[in-house]
Amino acid sequence: MHPALLGLMTIIVGVGGCVGYFYGANLFLDKVLFPAKGPNAGRNINRANIIRPWIFLFPALFALGLYLAYPVFATLRLSFLERLPGNEYAFVGFENYTKMFAEPKFVEAMKNNVLWLLVVPAASTALGLLVAQLTDRLKWGSIAKSIIFMPMAISFVGAAVIFKLVYEARPEDVAQIGVLNHLYLLFGGDSPQQWLTIPFWNNFFLMIVLIWIQTGFAMVILSAALRGIPEETVEAAVVDGANPFQIFFRIKIPQIMGTIVVVWTTITIATLKVFDIVFAMTNGQWETQVLANYMYDKLFRANDWGMGSAAAMIIMLLVTPILVWNVYNARKEMR
Amino acid sequence: MSGVTMNKVIKKYGDVQVIHGIDLEIEDGEFCVFVGPSGCGKSTLLRMVAGLEETTGGSMSIGTRDVTHMDPAQRGVAMVFQTYALYPHMTVKENMGFGLKMNNHPKKEIEEKVAEASRILKLDDYLSRKPAALSGGQRQRVSIGRAIVRGPEVFLFDEPLSNLDAELRVEMRVEIARLHKEIGATMIYVTHDQVEAMTLADKIVVLRLGHIEQVGAPMDLYRDPDNKFVAGFIGSPAMNFIKGTAGDGAVEVPGLGQTIEIGIAPAYKGKSVDVGLRPEHLAIDPAGGDLRVDLVESLGGVSYAYLESPAGDRIVVEERGDDRVSEGQMVGLTFETQRVYLFDAETEMRIRT
Repeated sequence: MHPALLGLMTIIVGVGGCVGYFYGANLFLDKVLFPAKGPNAGRNINRANIIRPWIFLFPALFALGLYLAYPVFATLRLSFLERLPGNEYAFVGFENYTKMFAEPKFVEAMKNNVLWLLVVPAASTALGLLVAQLTDRLKWGSIAKSIIFMPMAISFVGAAVIFKLVYEARPEDVAQIGVLNHLYLLFGGDSPQQWLTIPFWNNFFLMIVLIWIQTGFAMVILSAALRGIPEETVEAAVVDGANPFQIFFRIKIPQIMGTIVVVWTTITIATLKVFDIVFAMTNGQWETQVLANYMYDKLFRANDWGMGSAAAMIIMLLVTPILVWNVYNARKEMR
Repeated sequence: MSGVTMNKVIKKYGDVQVIHGIDLEIEDGEFCVFVGPSGCGKSTLLRMVAGLEETTGGSMSIGTRDVTHMDPAQRGVAMVFQTYALYPHMTVKENMGFGLKMNNHPKKEIEEKVAEASRILKLDDYLSRKPAALSGGQRQRVSIGRAIVRGPEVFLFDEPLSNLDAELRVEMRVEIARLHKEIGATMIYVTHDQVEAMTLADKIVVLRLGHIEQVGAPMDLYRDPDNKFVAGFIGSPAMNFIKGTAGDGAVEVPGLGQTIEIGIAPAYKGKSVDVGLRPEHLAIDPAGGDLRVDLVESLGGVSYAYLESPAGDRIVVEERGDDRVSEGQMVGLTFETQRVYLFDAETEMRIRT
């Protein structure tokens, strides 16, 4: 059968199935299980209304449970097991974890992740806030903002490819296609540099990619928040004699602090999970390893499910508290 | 302490001119109220005094200083906003002290001034609260306190009571009047509520479409309006206007079925005029007439009877005392001739007799 037809059929069956489920289940509840007639009509209506939400929620809960909750527990279980030849497993306790913590590459990944964590959310939020404030009153501000927002639409891998070209180095006697090397030579550098192979600093070259992407996100959210500040409070501060910097730092920022925290933590979570950029640009070589790439290495290259799962658990352990705080703050903002 | 002087002040937004050359003198210590319907430019004018809006033309001075192009902070003004404009992340105390802090006053002085302002406004119990934990009236008091603390030469109020409920509005109105008496500073107050204007002002400035219609003490405006607009704006309920035609030393008013003997200049003979009568100056003649009582609003002490003439004129009459008309009754009207205001129907200017 033609693939397009197949796709169409899938859509029809899927959507029809959903509609059929909700309609049928609702009908069954009202007509068969608790019919709104007979001697117990009132009681039946109440009971049907208690059950109805769960019928409607069931598909979503089921899918979440199957694809989200179950994998977490399965990964947790795997992290305590070791795979033996012949599809056998042996319980090894915390051995995967202790082995992992002893591995220099893991320690490097942890260190780098901390570095990413300190730099990327701070830089993205600060730059986003700066752009949001600077473009607020400009006529061409919205054009500037859409350009800065554009990287959000590029996949991490796509962005990595773009920046790989930016950092590209060609032999000395050939024209440099990498912007950075071109500028470097222009401003008196002696020879083209392989930027991504310079330990420690190459981390920052990778971080720039994520900052480049996340600044747009921070800018959009913070720009909306800045717009939401009552104009009168700013005017009152002007009359009170505050200068533009004092207005920004003492009047505006405190009023959007909640939003800043949400943006910050959201970017923090994205940073903790960073994988694609490192995978596509250095694959963790030259001391740029990060946790997610380390996990991928263990899981799919070394086929060590135990240690890979342990790494995944570590990432989850790090993300969860930030996620909880993020959701808490986001909810507070919505009130 | 100092007054405010405006000299041919103009405000333009691009090509649109909203303030058309205002000349105004506000004395030191005076309570001046800008009043007018929405869109008359009263808030814009106030914001120009504050320096929040740029003055396009003319000049403005506070005391002896020309402030036309000065920053708001240097003008020695403090502003109270309709929406309070409190800094939500600061406590009441920090809100009130912010201005002084920005101007690098020593901590001790700030403490003292905030304490003084909170005493005047009875805010002592709320000093460590955030604005979100205050009621509307308390918030507006903090906002006024913030202005007091800065010890300005001129206080600017931009419809400060509009966001309060009716009861609180009366209370705060009294409080602002008391404050003016206590501090004695020059105050400029913008409102669209003529009751606030009448009760608070030493001087009322009636504005319409960016022009001053009339300036004067409240009772002067009430007793002696220059034109139909001011006559209709000052006084509540508003003055009744009935169409008439000038004759020989008299005005014929078909709406009332009367001819009023009044010393109108012969030059107006044959011209149409508007006859203005305040509801409180009219009395109902229960003996009967051809005015039908359409509706009666009883407020207790007074009632407002809405009468309709055969010609379709609508006339409001204020009634006091025990004998009041009821709806559907046919009545006549009596009034004293010296209470009649005449306006040129074409120019809407007052015809003084």
